[in-house]
Amino acid sequence: MKRSSFDEAASPSSRLRPLRILYILTLIILAFTGFGQMPIFKRYGISSIPGMSWSADYYSTHYIHYLGAIFLIALMAYAATEFLASRRKHFTLTKAGAVQIGILSAVVATGVFRVLKNLPDVVFSPGFTMFIDISHLGFMMLYFIVALYLLITGRKWIRPVLK
Amino acid sequence: MEKGISRRSFLKSGLAAAGAAAASTVALPASVKAAKKTELATLIDIRKCIGCEACVEACREVNAKKYPTPSKPYPKMYPSGVKVSDWSDKKDVTDRLTPYNWVFIQHAQVVIKGKKEELTFPRRCMHCQNPPCADLCPWGAARKLDNGISVIDPDICLGGSKCKDVCPWKIPQRQTGVGLYLNILPSLAGNGVMYKCDRCYERVAKGELPACIEVCPEKVQKIGPRDEILKEAEEIAREIGGYIYGVEENGGTNTIYVSPVPFEELNKAIEKEDGKPHFRKVEDSMAHADNLAKAMIIAPFAGLAAAALKMVSFAGKDRENGK
Repeated sequence: MKRSSFDEAASPSSRLRPLRILYILTLIILAFTGFGQMPIFKRYGISSIPGMSWSADYYSTHYIHYLGAIFLIALMAYAATEFLASRRKHFTLTKAGAVQIGILSAVVATGVFRVLKNLPDVVFSPGFTMFIDISHLGFMMLYFIVALYLLITGRKWIRPVLK
Repeated sequence: MEKGISRRSFLKSGLAAAGAAAASTVALPASVKAAKKTELATLIDIRKCIGCEACVEACREVNAKKYPTPSKPYPKMYPSGVKVSDWSDKKDVTDRLTPYNWVFIQHAQVVIKGKKEELTFPRRCMHCQNPPCADLCPWGAARKLDNGISVIDPDICLGGSKCKDVCPWKIPQRQTGVGLYLNILPSLAGNGVMYKCDRCYERVAKGELPACIEVCPEKVQKIGPRDEILKEAEEIAREIGGYIYGVEENGGTNTIYVSPVPFEELNKAIEKEDGKPHFRKVEDSMAHADNLAKAMIIAPFAGLAAAALKMVSFAGKDRENGK
């Protein structure tokens, strides 16, 4: 198969490193600011650590969480487009990758509903409001447990296509 | 002036008791019943209030069944610096907001047309159009109803007080020793339940007036569809050369005050502390969320475009290299 410059740039897994670092950093920021939506940082003294007083300000953590979510969605769209356009010629998605994408999609979907809930004139039923609030946190925690398990067991998102 | 004071005193002692004792149920106006999905707002005409506290008494009577009955002793909380909020021995306090007092009368000494006067007015939850308490509650315990009333579900609330922290007027008040947290991790998470005015939402759902409105002998408050209430507030303000509060505050509230003096002056004249809300100008707390939500719509297209640009740029390189 004739390889284009894009394929060559996209295929070696080491070239994925910047994308992976950005992804992990985004998830860490989202997880921290997401947990910061619960009233725990002040109670447990996180905000008393020098330089961390902002973490007890719900509006600050909320703002950063939104920015992180915007970046994550853009990153997911970028990675999906790149994979479908080129990387899949040389790599295939593993079951571990599919599971992580599935859970991450649920995190994003429930997050999108949370964003909708925060718009003026959007009112969800009490049951649905509770469901999206709790499931967003639940899916994120599930994602971290699964990601940690897959990391320990050395399973990757993608593997080279065998020819 | 003297006449005003004696009238106040008379009404305070007489009408307050009569008003609070009035058990008859007054129905909502027809326009309210017809507009079930419409946001309802209340109009508070400060000129009319005589500070009799009939609204306070009626609220306490009607909502007594919802008041907390904490179990003591309270669980030991960690870290040890976490404070208990206990109002169960101060249920009689009526000069501020507490878990047992959801509306109170605020006083302001002001000058109107060169004369010193004391204005009184009921203060309670503003029922914001886009309430940060409901938007940011991590459990969905605080929520906004279709008719614009914001409520806190005492069966779900864990008492973390986030709703109070994000409320521009710091309205909700916490009672320790009650609620769901006692059944989860009482020492490590949660601290009771938050309480505030729910504008008698069950009564409104049945087509009745909120207790504070029903009982007021001076008809200080009025409830109706927000656009009608705004129209009326503007008419009164125009007529008396007065001022309105709640149209723009925090992006718009469903409690509209009309005053004969500017709210900056009222704000200077009132006592402001925990449980005694201010009358300052308030920017829309959730504006950032509205703006960033728009950016979120663009995000996937930006990611897609970035990947497409990368591919186009590599295709250009291929053409140059003759691949």
